[in-house]
Amino acid sequence: MLSDFSLVLIFAIISALFIFGALFAGRFLRPSDPNTVKSETYECGEKAVGPAWIGFNIRFYLIALIFVIFDVEAALIFPVAAVFKKWIAAGQGLVALAEILVFIAVLVLGLVYVWVKGDLEWVKKFAQEHRNTGT
Amino acid sequence: MELLIDIAKVIIIAVAVLNLIPVLIWMERKGSAYIQDRRGPNRASILGIKLGGFIHNIADVFKLLFKEDIIPNKAHKIIYILAPMIVLGVAISIIAVIPFAAPVKIGEYVLKFQIADLNVGILYILAISSLSVYGILLAGWSSNNTYSLYGGVRASAQMISYEVAMGLALISVIIYMGSVRLDEMVTMQGANFWDWNFFRQPLACIIFLICLFAETNRNPFDIPEGESEIVAGYHLEYSSMKFAMFFMAEYAHIVAGSMIFVSLFLGGWQVPFLPASVLQGHLPLLLAVLMQATIFLVKVIFCCWLFIWVRWTLPRFRYDQLMYLGWAVMVPLALINIVITSILVSR
Repeated sequence: MLSDFSLVLIFAIISALFIFGALFAGRFLRPSDPNTVKSETYECGEKAVGPAWIGFNIRFYLIALIFVIFDVEAALIFPVAAVFKKWIAAGQGLVALAEILVFIAVLVLGLVYVWVKGDLEWVKKFAQEHRNTGT
Repeated sequence: MELLIDIAKVIIIAVAVLNLIPVLIWMERKGSAYIQDRRGPNRASILGIKLGGFIHNIADVFKLLFKEDIIPNKAHKIIYILAPMIVLGVAISIIAVIPFAAPVKIGEYVLKFQIADLNVGILYILAISSLSVYGILLAGWSSNNTYSLYGGVRASAQMISYEVAMGLALISVIIYMGSVRLDEMVTMQGANFWDWNFFRQPLACIIFLICLFAETNRNPFDIPEGESEIVAGYHLEYSSMKFAMFFMAEYAHIVAGSMIFVSLFLGGWQVPFLPASVLQGHLPLLLAVLMQATIFLVKVIFCCWLFIWVRWTLPRFRYDQLMYLGWAVMVPLALINIVITSILVSR
């Protein structure tokens, strides 16, 4: 009898084998005739201008940071949620409820902070900044 | 013997799920055609047998197998090859915890119709599905091409934003059910459809469904590959079987997402008005299991059709609208839902 997690591992290995097999089988069937024009970056059909690994909008980093905070907090609510009914059955319902509400309050506080700072709006804040600085 | 059963389960479920993908692709092509008032694929045939356009899928597989695999000079080669594998592998692995029918008792042995009845259930799904961000981001970055990079970055920002709302929506379901095991959750929903979670947790159901669309990068959330803006987004440079991996991953994601949605909100394998005990008591075991698996499949295919239906009906969101919807509508709604649910449950 295998444990449940080892079954999941076997399943993942089988799917990986399928993927490798599909990619590997193509190797013997497809032609390979590279030339300089063919192996250029396609992008949109025109010749690509400049390097592609450039800096992008800072907002994406902000979203990632907000996500980390929210996801960690959500991960902390999961255990409480899972035992919530058992606590109620044991007469501890109010404690668990208070705990969940405190967590939600912290999350809401974070959301309100981010919202007021304007990090959730992509266009408006930008336009406002331009108006304020007169550029 | 038990080992053999386990291995057989793994192989049968893997094959069944991989076979759903071409069916879905066929559904998408034919469905979109009929929505747009045209006939769709109807030319490819083997000895005159067309199967309503299904042969086109087989033709596609061979076409992609025989295509030259171009790796751009400027691409980061290792990551470029690895990325499609991550995307598809993750999409398939999600299915490991989905129950397909009620557990059957044969003597002392309880036969479960799911690959693994993990005690962390839903957490496994959340953990694994969030890994697919890596595949897409790496694909976009390693292609070394501006549009791919934009596609990858957009996709990752979108997926992590909606993941928060999705996790929060699931919390209220967990509070209501008191369990994170998928099998228990399906059993608890019972055979009457008004006891299923889409009826008991309507808000969580809607939030989860919308987040599922965003997580699978489907219309109306397909900005990462928006072909009118950034050509094809993160899989722009891919060709041959590597492109096929992305193509299959998209549909594998839809299948996996529909299975999760059905198990959590539409009662999973529960046959309406016929609980598992009644079915197993009055019918031969095999028939009862088959009936439940069929019902499960019907529900899953309906959900898959929903994905296709929405894609060919609604236009695409703008990126700022999408972010606004995720953070300013979905997250607060999910939080309110948690508060309401926990207060109602604790009464």
